[in-house]
Amino acid sequence: MAEVTIEKLHKSYGTVEVLRDINLTVSDGSFVVLVGPSGCGKSTLLRSVAGLEPITSGHITIGGRDVSALAPAQREIAMVFQSYALYPHMNVENNMAFGLKFAGTPKDEIARRVGEATRILQLEPLLKRRPKELSGGQRQRVAIGRAIVRQPKVFLFDEPLSNLDAALRINTRVEIAKLHKLLKATIIYVTHDQVEAMTLADKIVVMNQGRVEQVGKPLELYYRPANLFVARFIGSPAMNTLAAELSRDGRSVSVGGVSLPVTVGAAAAPGAVTLGFRPEHCSIGKTGVPAKVDIVERLGETGFVHCRTADGTMILVEVKGDPELEQGADVRIAPAAGHLHLFDGSGARIPEA
Amino acid sequence: MRKPVSAFAVHGILALYTALALFPIVLVIMNSFKAKRAIFNTPLQPPMPWNFDPIGYVKVFGDSAIGTYYMNSITVTVGTIFFTLLFGAMAAWALTEYKFRWNTALAIFLSIGIMVPIRLGSVSIIQLVSELNLINTLTALILVYVAQNLPLAVFILSEFIQQIPKDLREAGRCDGLSEYNIFFFIILPLLRPAMATVAVFTMIPVWNDLWFPLLLAPTGGKQTITLGVQQFLGQYITDWNAVLAALSTAIVPVLVLYVIFSRQLIRGLTSGAVK
Repeated sequence: MAEVTIEKLHKSYGTVEVLRDINLTVSDGSFVVLVGPSGCGKSTLLRSVAGLEPITSGHITIGGRDVSALAPAQREIAMVFQSYALYPHMNVENNMAFGLKFAGTPKDEIARRVGEATRILQLEPLLKRRPKELSGGQRQRVAIGRAIVRQPKVFLFDEPLSNLDAALRINTRVEIAKLHKLLKATIIYVTHDQVEAMTLADKIVVMNQGRVEQVGKPLELYYRPANLFVARFIGSPAMNTLAAELSRDGRSVSVGGVSLPVTVGAAAAPGAVTLGFRPEHCSIGKTGVPAKVDIVERLGETGFVHCRTADGTMILVEVKGDPELEQGADVRIAPAAGHLHLFDGSGARIPEA
Repeated sequence: MRKPVSAFAVHGILALYTALALFPIVLVIMNSFKAKRAIFNTPLQPPMPWNFDPIGYVKVFGDSAIGTYYMNSITVTVGTIFFTLLFGAMAAWALTEYKFRWNTALAIFLSIGIMVPIRLGSVSIIQLVSELNLINTLTALILVYVAQNLPLAVFILSEFIQQIPKDLREAGRCDGLSEYNIFFFIILPLLRPAMATVAVFTMIPVWNDLWFPLLLAPTGGKQTITLGVQQFLGQYITDWNAVLAALSTAIVPVLVLYVIFSRQLIRGLTSGAVK
């Protein structure tokens, strides 16, 4: 296993820059998840690490070795594709052994490694089947098995669960987490599903428009998003954001005619800011931002109240149990103290005192 | 499901067409078993005990040259299929997978080859073949037929290669396969149904061709069977028994080849599940 470092990586197709100045260190044995909206460059970054996409400038090292110019096979990586990419004309056993045969691995060594992967992934009854005779989840396991037998330094997963149905996705997610514990492997994993990102990752890399927006532990991103993009992207449902005014003394923000106490660092400039708070960190009560109820969604355990302020901004409030509210009712929304996020005009977080 | 009336109409038209296409072949086979008098007097009558005469087959199988002609035809056809498929698949793979200068130009050049009949170039082909000292060789025929069939083969195979998911090639690359190994061990096996299609397209015109054997290999024991049959056709006397028997037996090898490839075709289609 090995550490992966990415330095000053740039990639462009013609004049279009798809990756801009990516710097990232994936420490040995860690599970790093790349997330972002579609088209943000996360898959391109993964494929650059794999060597399937040539990079325009910068360096990638795996285990201390500069691999920027090497072919995929020489980088000692293994990739699991979204479409599984199993060889359709071979059975499961041969799918796993195929690459090793060409690498000149001795027969008994191939058998040993395939046997081990088979045992770990419980593929025993499927060995002689062709990919088309397998279900989606089984194919996914074979694809992972094919990666394991190569004994790579780094595993690369490209949205491996997005072709599975919801129930299987949760199962396989847990399997992958277990596998990471078992193999102590370095894993880089791409997904657009933030639940996968939050549950699997040691470290999450949020990307947007070819840039890294923030790198951090899952809960760090949740509690202290570095900017508006991360704030809106991490967390489901998304964070509420409202235009607000930071007072001169930096002790309160006024929003919708209501003043809320905040504690910001001395460097914070007063004036127009964006206030963010999560649906689960606010409540409907007698004080707070005035709004009208638009729609109420009742899920049983919780309910979501969609409200609209006087200037038309939508605010979502999560309520325990059944919110007994009618459409058009006047309410006041009070964000919980200690869970307010402030962002300046450029979208960057205004640090707390 | 389709409405029964329109299904009936479709099958009716197809049955009619089949009968029309098979009629001359059936006529040839029927008459090849009849005595000469019966061929002319009652051409539409099937062979019966009183008009049965295997003289045509006796002559054909007794003629040692005919066996050579069969072998020539088989060699030329199989050789053409083999090289057309090999080079066609390789060219199609290169044109679809790799980006290089002249890529598009080359693809367009090949599609022009589909439109221009090769026979227009017969004169220069004869010059070329004669300067290469290949007149009266099977090599000359195979070379010309491969050239004739390559454009369409590249075109069809390119379409199929584009349908093979890109992830498969990349999985191969991650698995450490060289580009040649990706082609031979991943792409070629998946192309099998497409190659069977191309083989069938290629095989029948080549087997039946009279033009190039006549121009390039008319003598020296290198005649193909279609040309060899001509020896029974004279200006004044035609040995119809022998002609019909030779033509009937000439159907067999090409039919066997067809059965082999169409098996592949059907198996390929049913087991083709790529995803």
